[in-house]
Amino acid sequence: MLLCALSIVPAKQAAAQDTPLISGGVGFLTSTNGGSTTYLPIVTPLLAAPLGNHILIESRATIVDSFSPKGGGQTGYRSDLFLGLSYLQADFIASKHLTFVAGEFLTPFATYNERLSPIWIGNYGDGPLIAGIGTMGTASSVGGMLRGSLFSKPNVSLDYTAYFSAASTNQQFSADRSSGSRANVYFPKARLELGTSYGRLLQGAHESFEGAHVWWEPASTSLRIRSEYAHGPHSSGYWIEADYRLSRFHNGESFAGRFEPVLRMQQTFRTQPDAGDGLPSANTQRSDFGLDYRLPHEVRINSSYSREFSSTGNRNIWEAGIVYRFLFPAWRDK
Amino acid sequence: MKEGWILFLPLIIPGAMVPIMAQSQGYQTESKAPAAQSTAKPADSGNGEQIFKQNCARCHDAPQSFSPRISGTVIRHMRVRASLSVSDERQILKFLNP
Repeated sequence: MLLCALSIVPAKQAAAQDTPLISGGVGFLTSTNGGSTTYLPIVTPLLAAPLGNHILIESRATIVDSFSPKGGGQTGYRSDLFLGLSYLQADFIASKHLTFVAGEFLTPFATYNERLSPIWIGNYGDGPLIAGIGTMGTASSVGGMLRGSLFSKPNVSLDYTAYFSAASTNQQFSADRSSGSRANVYFPKARLELGTSYGRLLQGAHESFEGAHVWWEPASTSLRIRSEYAHGPHSSGYWIEADYRLSRFHNGESFAGRFEPVLRMQQTFRTQPDAGDGLPSANTQRSDFGLDYRLPHEVRINSSYSREFSSTGNRNIWEAGIVYRFLFPAWRDK
Repeated sequence: MKEGWILFLPLIIPGAMVPIMAQSQGYQTESKAPAAQSTAKPADSGNGEQIFKQNCARCHDAPQSFSPRISGTVIRHMRVRASLSVSDERQILKFLNP
């Protein structure tokens, strides 16, 4: 479908600024959890192709091979290859306040799933513990979504998202029947963003999920603070992440200026057993100490040490990885 | 769907914060906005850079470089993903492709 869509892009657009693009990240990540090391080579290509003045077709795929120890007294590693689409959507910009999205899209709940999950964006190799709350299992929805900017002034802006997803058991486009909404208010001068999310599972147990987030970048600093809280019927939790760019004190191109220390605190609360929500089975506290290093040419090295405390056992988690971000036109200029 | 109204709940808290924050920060939307617009001419590209930092760089770094042939596509993608306003979209495009 995407190839068909690409084939009808008017030739005149290719010569303008609307050439389809290929973007995404390539990475090699490692995670040592409780003494067991997993290796993850991963590619997440994204294709975005405008059609006319109002439509954008976009899709992101994930190709990841997980190499982990066989265990059970066996030596060697087992490999689990995964290929799949994270989303495949058509965006129709209907007016300055409304964009209609159809297809498979990332479930818009809180901030992590839509904004921080690409490997070249996230400061850590793994997502927060509460990433499974409100994203309806697969983190993708199949149906329609309305979104846009309600208003945007120099002092404040307000945007919204509302979606409905049908149930789909298709292997490539699996989703639960659900609906939800999110609203963000942003104060540019204070660099403060506040948002709330709501999700409702419309099948099975018919459960509700609520979320809130606060992001803040204090003016005239390189400090960035992000936080998120999510509540589900069987669990809840929060994370707070702070990163600081040393480029403020050193030249961004210098050795020291390329470092970025990161700290993330997480806590989850379990009220009822639920193997499907992705959260730990017992109350958990976790601290993630990270140090990222930005190499030239869009390459970044991520490293982190995490200490997790839980009634099921405390453990150390070491992660390291290298990620390359790419962004180029889908074809060469004639 | 009787529960449909609940979908609008997320709008309430951010919506309520708008006048509270505007007041607490001493913002005067009526008098200050024109002042910002009056300086817009010489600082057009600066506005684009600022808007880029406020919207796109909230999540990720700016790409070190990319072909001007895809700048329109980049912005359209960001308009949907970040719910940019039309004005912000234009100014960022001007910043990326002066």
